[in-house]
Amino acid sequence: MIEVVNLKKVYGKLTVLDNICETINEGEKVAVIGPSGSGKSTFLRCLNCLEDPTSGSIFFEGKDLADIRVDINLSRRHIGMVFQQFNLFNNKTVLQNVSLAPILVAKQNRRIALRKNIANGFFNLFRKKKAAKLPLQDKKAIKEEATKNAMRLLERIGLADKAGCYPSTLSGGQKQRIAIVRALAMNPKVMLFDEPTSALDPEMVGEVLDLIKQVADEGMTMVIVTHEMGFAREVADRVMFMDKGQIIEQGPPAELFGNPKHPRLVEFLSKVL
Amino acid sequence: MQQKWDVFYEKFITYDGWVTVVDGLKATLQIAVLGLLIGIVLGTLIAAVKVMPKTNIVTKIFSVICDIYVGFFRGTPIVVQLLIGYFVLFPALDVQIEAINAAIVIFGMNSGAYISEIMRSGIQSVDGGQLEAARAVGLSFSVSMIKVVIPQAIKNILPTLGNEFIVLIKETSVASFITVVDLTKAFKDIGSSNYEYIIPYLMLAAIYLVLVMIITLGVKLLERRLARVDRGR
Ligand SMILES: Nc1ncnc2c1ncn2[C@@H]1O[C@H](COP(=O)(O)OP(=O)(O)OP(=O)(O)O)[C@@H](O)[C@H]1O
Ligand SMILES: [Mg+2]
Repeated sequence: MIEVVNLKKVYGKLTVLDNICETINEGEKVAVIGPSGSGKSTFLRCLNCLEDPTSGSIFFEGKDLADIRVDINLSRRHIGMVFQQFNLFNNKTVLQNVSLAPILVAKQNRRIALRKNIANGFFNLFRKKKAAKLPLQDKKAIKEEATKNAMRLLERIGLADKAGCYPSTLSGGQKQRIAIVRALAMNPKVMLFDEPTSALDPEMVGEVLDLIKQVADEGMTMVIVTHEMGFAREVADRVMFMDKGQIIEQGPPAELFGNPKHPRLVEFLSKVL
Repeated sequence: MQQKWDVFYEKFITYDGWVTVVDGLKATLQIAVLGLLIGIVLGTLIAAVKVMPKTNIVTKIFSVICDIYVGFFRGTPIVVQLLIGYFVLFPALDVQIEAINAAIVIFGMNSGAYISEIMRSGIQSVDGGQLEAARAVGLSFSVSMIKVVIPQAIKNILPTLGNEFIVLIKETSVASFITVVDLTKAFKDIGSSNYEYIIPYLMLAAIYLVLVMIITLGVKLLERRLARVDRGR
């Protein structure tokens, strides 16, 4: 699903990611653990090129996202991302937060189809084999469909009654669950989570982890940076341990937690468990 | 004093001086309001260029052009800009333009330079996570800015923008340098018609004061409305 080849990220003189090669398979749930500053967030953010790799490639659906000729916006629509600080759009209601991108993207696709139809209409004058007209969705229907889908997602997390509220009125747990369905609204093929529960009050961690678990059980491919070892053990198929910009040990959770080999992993686990 | 008042009354009412004043007020408001709108559009564009990641040569060139633009308009007096624009630049480009429209364009370009700085600080005051989240769902840089970042930036800078409007409305009083009959010029003409300046000029000041007070009140109301949006319904 995602193939990382020789990924390198350097800030000034600091090498944050050191030649990482890794494959994330379809349906796999990968947890990334490691000490602070080891490059976990940077690794995750390189997967959708929110951080531009210094060198190397990220292959997603056969395209190299690190290549500037690839339209990154198209690929990002299939890669959901959830941030530690939620980052809900403050100027939009809860409902708009979830439906904004689907509406804008559908409208853009409509404009592209419209332009193609006009161009084809012209070129068809000279063609023997006429190009078919692309179907155009009604603008109103686009909005209605996206709104309906957004409401369905909000109902799923029990926050339909908050649809008209602004993010500043919500609790952290509510914000993060909305951030998760905002990503789901794009029907992503992969979801990236960067410490989704680290900014939450302890009593709200459970509701967010439950939702992530649900999404995982539906077969979503996931990469989760987390400090919740219990959660990693329960949900992940594979756990990666990062230190100093490298993935120095990885494996199924039972093995990695039960029988750690690398001394730095042993030390790390002794601190956090 | 009674006699001064009679002289003014005669000029203002009997000889229809008030008509010029109303026209002058219209011109002043036109220049200020349309100038502000042009300024906001230009300022937002310049600010967007300035905060864009400068990854390639094109964005760098745009950025330098914007720097020169802002440097010129902030570095020279508005009167000089009006004179150069109306008497040098427009004729040189063979543009036929009415004085008032020239004033609107030049005041707009001038305030665009100031608003770009205001807007830039407004954009920078919006948490970077907002842009990241918009980019992460696959929206382009410009769409993310227009739909998510700039609305929040404008809200943050609304008081400063109101201030800019006040500055602008007062600055329009030099528009007569390029033959525009604005509020100031109208009262000046009334005064010089009979060499009685006290009442016309005090009245002129009072009108500016009232205009500024109205704007201040408007901005306050708008701010309160936007704050309510933030708190919920
Ligand atoms: N924009 C930046 N400029 C310079 N250095 C940076 C930048 N972003 C991250 N770094 C550095 O890169 C290193 C790795 O950062 P990263 O955020 O990936 O770590 P992390 O493993 O996610 O840590 P944490 O658990 O604290 O979130 C750190 O040393 C950090 O200081
Ligand atoms: Mg991190």
